[in-house]
Amino acid sequence: MSKNNENLLNIENLSIHFFIEEGTVAAVNDLNFSLKPGETIGLVGETGAGKTTTALGIMSLIQSPPGLVVDGSIIYDGRNLLELSEAEMRAVRGSQISMIFQDPMTSLNPVFPIRDQIAEVVMLHEKVTAAQAIQRAEEMLDKVGIRKERAKDFPHQFSGGMRQRVGIAIALACNPKLLIADEPTTALDVTIQAQVLELMKGLKEENNTSMIMITHDLGIVAEICDKVAIMYAGSVVETADKKELFNNPKHPYTIGLFNSIPDIEKDEEKLKPIKGLMPDPMNLPSGCSFHPRCDHAKPECSQKVPKHTQVNDGHYVRCLLFEEGGE
Amino acid sequence: MENQKPKKKRSQFLEVWRRFKRNPIALVGMGIIILQILLAVFADVIAPGDGWSPGFNMQDWGNSRQFPSAENWFGTDHLGRDVFNRIVHGSRISLQVGAVVVSISMIIGVTLGAVAGFFGGVADNIIMRIIDIILAVPNILLAIAISAALGPSLVNVMIAVGVGAIPAYARQVRAQVVSLREQEFVEAARSIGASNFRLIRRHIMPNAMSPIIIEATMGFATAIAVAAALSFIGLGLEPPTPEWGAMLSDGRRYMLAGYWHMTLFPGLAIAFVIFGINMMGDGLRDALDPKLRSGGMSKGRFEKLRRAQIALTNKGADTNVKK
Repeated sequence: MSKNNENLLNIENLSIHFFIEEGTVAAVNDLNFSLKPGETIGLVGETGAGKTTTALGIMSLIQSPPGLVVDGSIIYDGRNLLELSEAEMRAVRGSQISMIFQDPMTSLNPVFPIRDQIAEVVMLHEKVTAAQAIQRAEEMLDKVGIRKERAKDFPHQFSGGMRQRVGIAIALACNPKLLIADEPTTALDVTIQAQVLELMKGLKEENNTSMIMITHDLGIVAEICDKVAIMYAGSVVETADKKELFNNPKHPYTIGLFNSIPDIEKDEEKLKPIKGLMPDPMNLPSGCSFHPRCDHAKPECSQKVPKHTQVNDGHYVRCLLFEEGGE
Repeated sequence: MENQKPKKKRSQFLEVWRRFKRNPIALVGMGIIILQILLAVFADVIAPGDGWSPGFNMQDWGNSRQFPSAENWFGTDHLGRDVFNRIVHGSRISLQVGAVVVSISMIIGVTLGAVAGFFGGVADNIIMRIIDIILAVPNILLAIAISAALGPSLVNVMIAVGVGAIPAYARQVRAQVVSLREQEFVEAARSIGASNFRLIRRHIMPNAMSPIIIEATMGFATAIAVAAALSFIGLGLEPPTPEWGAMLSDGRRYMLAGYWHMTLFPGLAIAFVIFGINMMGDGLRDALDPKLRSGGMSKGRFEKLRRAQIALTNKGADTNVKK
């Protein structure tokens, strides 16, 4: 991929493996993507594609042992995050990069009022008094649309959507440059989903925050992202601008994903899933990891690992079908 | 939910108290403990000394082994000392032993358990195997061994009883921490840049407190009982300290001769206090247990509430009945 100094985040050849008794789990393999300030990238893939592991890898929150970043670099704002000490990394977490979690029912501490939980992140990263931090927390609550009277309430007194708003307030309290949202709306129902996405979009644009939106929902991608990276078996198989990818998908897996969404215009009886299952990360297929499920697989697909090939401006595919035609 | 009027706000403490006070037996238990604390605080007022010797050691040889009377409510012992006075002063010792033993063993046990549970691996193995070793020796035997080695004194009794109490806290806390550290809110706290120490102190421990509070209450009772047992077999406090167990031991020699009051009253004192603490501990357990959040409301009370509310709704007087 092209080197670009304007990039806020540049992930190159990232591989994260888990070494357990039964063998090595290759959760993330040779993953590449980059992100400019203010940009939103959608990380899309099936369950087990390594989306969350990638997110935790960026935050250096992979539990080690058994997990280990075996290769690659994560350049954030000119620094390689993988080379930072734990103490330096703590200063980054929450103030530079922060995270919104999937399930707001479990990601808040049940024994503290929400206001204190937002104030905590401010106190951790900025030299402020407790009173100032609490004031900031109340401002944040106001921003995410929670009334001031409820600031002293405990998480169990809120509904799921409200709790996710608190999660957003915590994540954005220190104006991070990068926000990682790990399926932030999966646990919410559809009407609340739209509200929460709208809120995140608004706050993100207000502060020019970059965002990594992890999801398996292409609808959310269409709504909120600028760029999309399709993940399969721990690596990015196709990445492009949202429009380019939706109009002109190249990789057989991406095409399969789009085909598996039922079309309301046509009267379809059966869904068209991609045949087969995501491979076992402990035993990935040789060559292109998608070849056993691919309709266009050629004999060399099981031998040669495809490289990133540019098919259009900013549109990269990892597939042998495009390799000879490309660079 | 989101448009609901904010309910009257209660702090967690008030919420627990509200549930606790519905339990009459627990309130009785608390009453007994408050009484004992008052006795301990005002021991010198209730049973004053005479300037020569303290209230618990005023010997009156011409007046020994008297049965209970208006003068000596609980009678006198073999040295003519008033049994009631001695029991009143003895509550100081018992409270001290209970409080010190619980605080020391709780602090050590909770710290060890939290470290073992949070970090796991080698630290966990070393700490928990030591705990297992302590646990392998019967509690009372351990206390006897330690106090026999250290010699009789108040501090040594506390050490002897306290060491045996550590494992219960350590195991309890470790189990809690092991399950809590995998919770998403702990990872969320890590993702905002909290250090390990902060994670344990601010995010994990407050969530693990209720079983520890209950354990501490029960531990208080056990500490008093074990300390009394130690004194009873002569390894606890030295005379003339008015330790309840030692008083039992003194009175035992005269029991067959018919002087029942010298053993009955100290025995009752021990039983009463332990009963009180255990009742309060049970009440606390119910009040703190989130699974009983319905509030320990009795079936009868629930029925009554339900009927009253149905009646109200049927009348149409107030359709806005709170559930």
